[in-house]
Amino acid sequence: MTIQLALADNAPTVFDGTANTVAVAVLLIEFMMLRTALLRAQVRLYAFQSFVVSVLAAVVAFHRDVPELYVLAVVSFAFKALLVPAVVLRMLRNSKAEIAGSGALGVASEVMVSIVVAAFGFFTVGALDIHSDVLPVVSLSLAFAVVLIAFVLMIVRRDVVSQAVGFFSLENGVSLASLVVAAGLPLILEVAFLFDLLVAVVVFGVLMRVHHERTRSLSTESLDRLRG
Amino acid sequence: MHVLMILLVTVSLVATLLAVVAPRRAAAAITVVGGVVSLAVAIAMIPYAADHDATSIGFLRVDALSTVFLLATAFLYATAAVYSVGYLADEAREAAQLGGAHAESFARYSRRFYIGINAFAWAMLCAPEMKGLALLWVAIEVTTVISALLVAIVDTDGATEAAWKYVLIASSGLGIGLLATIIMYYAGSQRLGQSYDLGLDPLLHAANQLPATPVRLAFVLAVVGYGTKVGLFPVHTWLPDAHAEAPTPVSALLSGSLLADSLYAILRYYQVTLLAVGEHFPQTVLLVFGVASLLLAALSLLDQRDIKRLLAYSSVEHMGILAIGVSFGAPLALFGVLLHVLAHAAGKGNAFMGAGVLVRKYGTKELGKIRDGLRTLPWSGPMFLLAIFALSAMPPFGIFRSEFEIVAGGFGDAHHAGAAILVVLVTLAFIGLAFATTRVLFLPGPGSGADDAGDVAVVRGEPSWWMVVPLVAGLGVLVLLGVYPPDQLVDLLHRGANELQGVL
Repeated sequence: MTIQLALADNAPTVFDGTANTVAVAVLLIEFMMLRTALLRAQVRLYAFQSFVVSVLAAVVAFHRDVPELYVLAVVSFAFKALLVPAVVLRMLRNSKAEIAGSGALGVASEVMVSIVVAAFGFFTVGALDIHSDVLPVVSLSLAFAVVLIAFVLMIVRRDVVSQAVGFFSLENGVSLASLVVAAGLPLILEVAFLFDLLVAVVVFGVLMRVHHERTRSLSTESLDRLRG
Repeated sequence: MHVLMILLVTVSLVATLLAVVAPRRAAAAITVVGGVVSLAVAIAMIPYAADHDATSIGFLRVDALSTVFLLATAFLYATAAVYSVGYLADEAREAAQLGGAHAESFARYSRRFYIGINAFAWAMLCAPEMKGLALLWVAIEVTTVISALLVAIVDTDGATEAAWKYVLIASSGLGIGLLATIIMYYAGSQRLGQSYDLGLDPLLHAANQLPATPVRLAFVLAVVGYGTKVGLFPVHTWLPDAHAEAPTPVSALLSGSLLADSLYAILRYYQVTLLAVGEHFPQTVLLVFGVASLLLAALSLLDQRDIKRLLAYSSVEHMGILAIGVSFGAPLALFGVLLHVLAHAAGKGNAFMGAGVLVRKYGTKELGKIRDGLRTLPWSGPMFLLAIFALSAMPPFGIFRSEFEIVAGGFGDAHHAGAAILVVLVTLAFIGLAFATTRVLFLPGPGSGADDAGDVAVVRGEPSWWMVVPLVAGLGVLVLLGVYPPDQLVDLLHRGANELQGVL
């Protein structure tokens, strides 16, 4: 009897299960971005990932009864799943340049590297003994894995769009982490973070356009003059 | 004090908004007024901040530590504003001669420049005044995006490349910084409850009860994240590119204020970590990053071909010195660190602005093509030389005093190895700076001998007096800080050093 009770205590609740599934989805989308060659598809995947993070915010808001998180979910959906992808897609349409990005490594090697890096992040954070009242702490490990893969994405890709999208998805990983350990962060600060992201996106957009006008290409191959 | 705090963050904002509508000459005047008023306000804050604890109003908070960084930023804002008048007047003449499309594109450039430089100063003056770590992150991210645009307004391949690298690397670094913010929030929420706004005062107050592991994690993430913008090895790679390709007044602001502001963010995490987990851990982390940065910079300085990259690596060197100084943890060393922030702002500002005059005069940034600067530029040449002396920590300049205090503090507190490494690497860096500068200033150039009088000699004379005045001011500050720092400033630095040590 006691054994059964102990088991029941440790068994994941429906909420835990949902939250973990959604967090895993964020990680999987990050992997999909890694192996997608078409820039458009990459931006769409980013939009979908942002949507999933917003859904997680709403799930947490519902189960933990934190109404502020509903607002955050809506704002982050509007910014990151609609506005930012729209800005980047518009730029892509206007540029009429390459539609596919290029990687410095083959897809298989990229994925292998990412698996190693993600596993490193996942297990290191798991060993840190951080507990959360809001979400199962596995989500935090997943968030760090997402951040690390975003770095791999930025490093191996050789075009400005993929690199920018890599940075945006890094921010998605940080949002995921903040849902786990900082769900109580005052809404005004969360919105300040999002607004800041929006400013950064605009600047990224401007610089992408400047780069495109100058080199007639989205590739970063030519950016090797400054060294030493 | 409250009035001063609010004034400091509004003056530059108003200047930004006015620069949007004003024509070029008016925008220049507005920028100069904004800079000088900001500097006056920052100086007026010294006496109060020197003998009071932190003051806050709304989401602003100022203590001795932040006042030091505000002073450094406001000083460079003022000098860069004056320098810009001459810097752009020269380009305006050129554009007017060429006429047509050139004049148009110059008008666009100068408008963007003045809006950008005021907005940049505004963001950098806001950062040290922020009450909490979350808003501090927001302010620093704003400085990144504005300065990236300021690098990109120069219409060259190099500037486009530098701006892209800068915005991508610095933003990713700040992504890590945001992670640090969130982990620190988590650590704080264990004591302060779920809903608090990451304010510094409550965090410092509860710091000794915070859980150790998350605080450690947050500190390392903060050093890597904000360290990207400080220019710590190995995340410094954007720095030489951006400093070299930006317009000269922006380079001066980047080097003297932006790097210092980002270091300020690390110091705030240092304060909390020190109280939470003791001094050993944060000091070791800073020592490792500081020594690595100093080593890289010293080696890079030995073989540079571009005068502005030379100065950029010198910035990496000085940030390394600051990190090592904080890692010593002795009161004398911390006093030296804060003095060094001010002296480096003045010295590096002068060096960049002096180099800017040389670049303008000779039309190239390549060290090999600039010759006989001392004869060609009767004022800026010697000023540049003195700025390099100051950066190499020669007496009687402020950096001599501050580095002396850092090293003495290190030896006094039994950090013998660290202090010895510091001295050796600083000497190595000095050799690199000295060689490059000697070639530029003393080697006779074409046209100086009697034989090749018909050569395309560079005409002797200063391009603009507006570009000399800030150099004289910077030199005055350097000598003042080195020979006889004012009493109230010394009190301020002592209080700031105490705050960094956790004694209040």
